[in-house]
Amino acid sequence: MGELTALITREPVYRPPADTRRSELGRRVLDLVRNCGQALLLLASAIGCMRFIFQDRSRDRIVQQMFACGIKSLGVITIVAMFTGMILALQTGIELRKFGQEVNIGAAVMVSLLREMGPFMTALILAASVGSSFAAQMGTMTVSEEIPALELMSIDPVKFLVMPRLIAMAVMTPLLSFYCCILGVIGGGIVGATQLGVSWTSYIDNATRYAENKDLYVGLLKAFFFGIIITIVACHEGFATRQGAVGVGRATRRTVILSFLLILVVGYIVTRIFYI
Amino acid sequence: MIRFEHVRKWLGDHWVLEDVSFEIQRGEIFFIVGPSGTGKSVTLRHMVRLLTPDDGRVMIGEDCVSTARGRELERIRTRFGVLFQSGALLEWLTVAENVALPLRELTELEPAAIEAQVREKLELVGLPDAMDKYPSEISGGMRKRAALARAIILKPEIMLYDEPTSGLDPVSARMIDALIADMQAKTGITSIVVTHDLHSALSIGTRIAMLFDGRVIELAEPAAFVQSQVSEVCEFLDSQYITRRGDWERKAL
Repeated sequence: MGELTALITREPVYRPPADTRRSELGRRVLDLVRNCGQALLLLASAIGCMRFIFQDRSRDRIVQQMFACGIKSLGVITIVAMFTGMILALQTGIELRKFGQEVNIGAAVMVSLLREMGPFMTALILAASVGSSFAAQMGTMTVSEEIPALELMSIDPVKFLVMPRLIAMAVMTPLLSFYCCILGVIGGGIVGATQLGVSWTSYIDNATRYAENKDLYVGLLKAFFFGIIITIVACHEGFATRQGAVGVGRATRRTVILSFLLILVVGYIVTRIFYI
Repeated sequence: MIRFEHVRKWLGDHWVLEDVSFEIQRGEIFFIVGPSGTGKSVTLRHMVRLLTPDDGRVMIGEDCVSTARGRELERIRTRFGVLFQSGALLEWLTVAENVALPLRELTELEPAAIEAQVREKLELVGLPDAMDKYPSEISGGMRKRAALARAIILKPEIMLYDEPTSGLDPVSARMIDALIADMQAKTGITSIVVTHDLHSALSIGTRIAMLFDGRVIELAEPAAFVQSQVSEVCEFLDSQYITRRGDWERKAL
């Protein structure tokens, strides 16, 4: 773990402004490649630290993070999931009613939530709430010299800060995604029963007939990847923070934007792999 | 014990350190002084490899910290305790939890033994009543003393202090000076203090190095330092109303 010390506290890099647009573009590409490499190294280091998972102090920190990022997100996920299911049911139900097929809203809601909407909505909520808070915390710790202080005490910041968050998010994002799917289906059922005249029995029957186990597993796998992405992007951006409060704000904003983009790209790739 | 050998460091668009060489002996209270922006903190950060020299090297005993990596760097760093300018306490932990952190993370001591050591260190720095307070609930001087308790809990050989008295009222500043001197007297710890507070340096320092434009322009014991004929040193002494007429006396703390 010794090599990680140099990975977190990096020397400031000063560079003169680029002379031409081409050199500016080249510099941005190099920065992108460097950032990707550093984020992957951070992920590898955090995975390496998982051998400490059964230590009491590590376990306590993991449980604390599970509570912070999982349980505290339940409220907002409940509301978003219910309304997502209700909107899905309403939109598809209105169109399907034109063909007398409104009973099929069960399948439409269930499949779209399990395959895509559940993990996607959960990940967006977690990126905006938990990811931004991780980035702000790491960023503040970096600029106030708490990260170098930890390293100089031979306390590995990856083991102390990143690993518990990574495990907590890798576990809680799929669980929250599953919870989001269940509530979305319930929301869809409420709209079906109250607005579209579809009974609960036929709604559930239709939903379970068309949804496959694979939809559930792939959705949970996506959520697992999304949890890892959010944590690594947030911690990497936080550790790379420079220039005080402005830097912390920039790290938080970049975390949310990068997480959103990566969630979309990885979501597409996983769908492509499992469904084509 | 600590040796800078022709260290040069380029940051931004200029050399922050230019050919810096000096040696610190075991048990010294060595002060690095100078105006802001002359490379004092940069010098300190080279000792624990938070910065790496572009030229030259920094030796800690027989170890070259400038080229050390991985576990070797970790081993060298365990010889140091560092008091950062801000204190760098973890804000979500209480003072006692902050001080206990190195023991909890790096040793297998029982909670009762950890608590006893934490209590002892907090009493040493005069904070026995602040154990359950959070860093945001205590003053700047108390934060620095709490950070000092945390820095010394693993009994380091060398203590680095980055501006330990900056932002403090004179009474708190002298209390920190007294703590540094007291620790050196009791444990023989080597202390390196970066400051622009010459009163501290002259009161408790064994030797003082003055940095100016990235170079050591004066290195002397306090009595000789106040008699320096180097113009920048004279100007620095004058700026803090320290007379060079020979009537300055080292104040025992």
